[in-house]
Amino acid sequence: MAQTIPKKTAGNGRSAGKNHFVEEWVGKVYTTLCVLFLVATIIAMVYFVASRGLSTFFKDHVNVFELLGGLKWSPEGSPPSFGAFPFIFGSFSTSLLAALLAAPLSICASIFMIEITPKFGRKFLQPVIELLAGIPSVVYGFIGLSVIVPLFRDIFPGQGLGVAAGALVLSIMILPTMTTVATDALASLPAGLKEGSYALGATRWQTIYRVVIPTTLPSLMTGVVLGIARAFGEALAVQMVIGNAPFVPRSLFESASTLTSAITLSMGNTAAGSTHNNALWSLALILMLMTFVFVFIVRWLEGRSKL
Amino acid sequence: MKKSLMLIMAMVLTFTLAACGQASNGGTAAGNTTSSSSPSTEPSAEPSAEASSLTGSILATGSSALQPLVDQASKMFMEKNSGVTIQVQGGGSGTGLTQVSEGQANIGNSDVYAEEKLDADKAKALVDHQVAVVAMAAVVNKEVKVDNLTKQQLVDIFTGKVTNWKDLGGDDAAIVIVNRPASSGTRATFEKYALGQKSEDLQGSIQEDSSGTVKKIIGETPGAIGYLALSYLDDSIKSVSYDGVAANVENVANGTYPVWAYEHMYTKGEPDAASKAFLEYMMSDEIQNDKGLVVELGYIPTSQMQVVRDLDGNITKK
Repeated sequence: MAQTIPKKTAGNGRSAGKNHFVEEWVGKVYTTLCVLFLVATIIAMVYFVASRGLSTFFKDHVNVFELLGGLKWSPEGSPPSFGAFPFIFGSFSTSLLAALLAAPLSICASIFMIEITPKFGRKFLQPVIELLAGIPSVVYGFIGLSVIVPLFRDIFPGQGLGVAAGALVLSIMILPTMTTVATDALASLPAGLKEGSYALGATRWQTIYRVVIPTTLPSLMTGVVLGIARAFGEALAVQMVIGNAPFVPRSLFESASTLTSAITLSMGNTAAGSTHNNALWSLALILMLMTFVFVFIVRWLEGRSKL
Repeated sequence: MKKSLMLIMAMVLTFTLAACGQASNGGTAAGNTTSSSSPSTEPSAEPSAEASSLTGSILATGSSALQPLVDQASKMFMEKNSGVTIQVQGGGSGTGLTQVSEGQANIGNSDVYAEEKLDADKAKALVDHQVAVVAMAAVVNKEVKVDNLTKQQLVDIFTGKVTNWKDLGGDDAAIVIVNRPASSGTRATFEKYALGQKSEDLQGSIQEDSSGTVKKIIGETPGAIGYLALSYLDDSIKSVSYDGVAANVENVANGTYPVWAYEHMYTKGEPDAASKAFLEYMMSDEIQNDKGLVVELGYIPTSQMQVVRDLDGNITKK
């Protein structure tokens, strides 16, 4: 709103120079304020999670290594034990497995859209895949619980709930992230590279797997890492299909738990300030640190993708 | 390409951060509402044209098991008292007790006694209002051919001593335990009054927090056993008797069926005028009678109970 006022007066042709100065100033102040607010929010959030999460170790004197490596999670037991390794294992296994399932699908989909059927792909396929991103996660969870879990129960030993069901649901959820990044990477490839390849007499397929994929590989990996990050942070859909027993599962079809599902299951039922509640914040801290790691990896991959 | 990457990165960051912050959201929102509304909770001096001169705003938060009852009752209360606004939020018993204890909410809803979650001195500052009774039944998949379980049999199941229905007189099928998370109020009630002891989380068992999901999984999984509030029972699952006593309202009311708990609405100290009027309304005949909200939503009115139970579980006739 504030920006439109100087613009109007500038249109009158009077003292245009001064109005441009005001316009510039308003824009600068506005963006700076927004950035400052954003930075403050992020710092506040990191501080909040860290202060709660670290008090498990400093105030309640839980051993860090026991939390990270312990196998027994029994915060209400006597004596209580806070071994979060099953959750860490669950989070990594489901999100890596999901990426393993989704990466080939999304990379192939983007090659199909950009290299093979640009018109149909851009007009029809891409919007459809992007639609997947808009579906709420509770819907994914419910579909997983109603379709995937009974299917797995019939085919495989076990109750159907477990890492496999969680990974399958997640893989569909992260498809749009991976596909969008891969599509952008492929579309931004300079035409000269492909033309050179064709000029040498290479076929389209040879061009794709000898030129297109190798040159865009860092960007494709960026998409995969972003997908893993998304899968790592997803809570509700996974919680509904994974079973949530705090153990390292013995098979893909046995109940397991992730960091996020452990937090969402118990956070509301524990009183703030109790050791159990603080331990849940420690899990949140682990999640946040992992997000930073993923951002770091993405940055590093981006640095390598300069053509 | 870099732009869109940044955009997606920002999106991912927002999503993950939002997921992290969700649990605290309730806290901040609740804090805001109360701080902005606390001046208005005092009865206003202005003469009002309405029948009721009661004004103020109330924030009730906590137990999701109690939420539907408080939510419905608050709507009926607000129709009668247009000067009062009541906001009802879920979030779990722990959240409710914490927020009422810290003064962020006027009323904290809980499935368990405050003493079981909070420090003794914090719990002492809270005033308990028991608005209803909720009973729980052990439920099994419909294929399970067992109709009655004794206390010892339930203990054996939930501690992993018995893992097959054939040992309990049923078919040869593995027992699948659908449990609540260790912090859950429903689980605490079930452990305290049905098992008489804490149960361990077992490898391969399933944990879900929402009653709807628990019901769905038990209904679909062969050999599954879990426990649900009576209001959730229907044809998709089968409830089993406990020590030969069927889980129904009469047996709970006359004290023969022991697996039940009070639903509490806590206030910090004596409630302000609006909260007090609302709590009185919750206990009024209109809500508590045979056709009232309490019965309609599957809870048991405290007035129907022929027994009372104290914090330590001692039962006395009324």
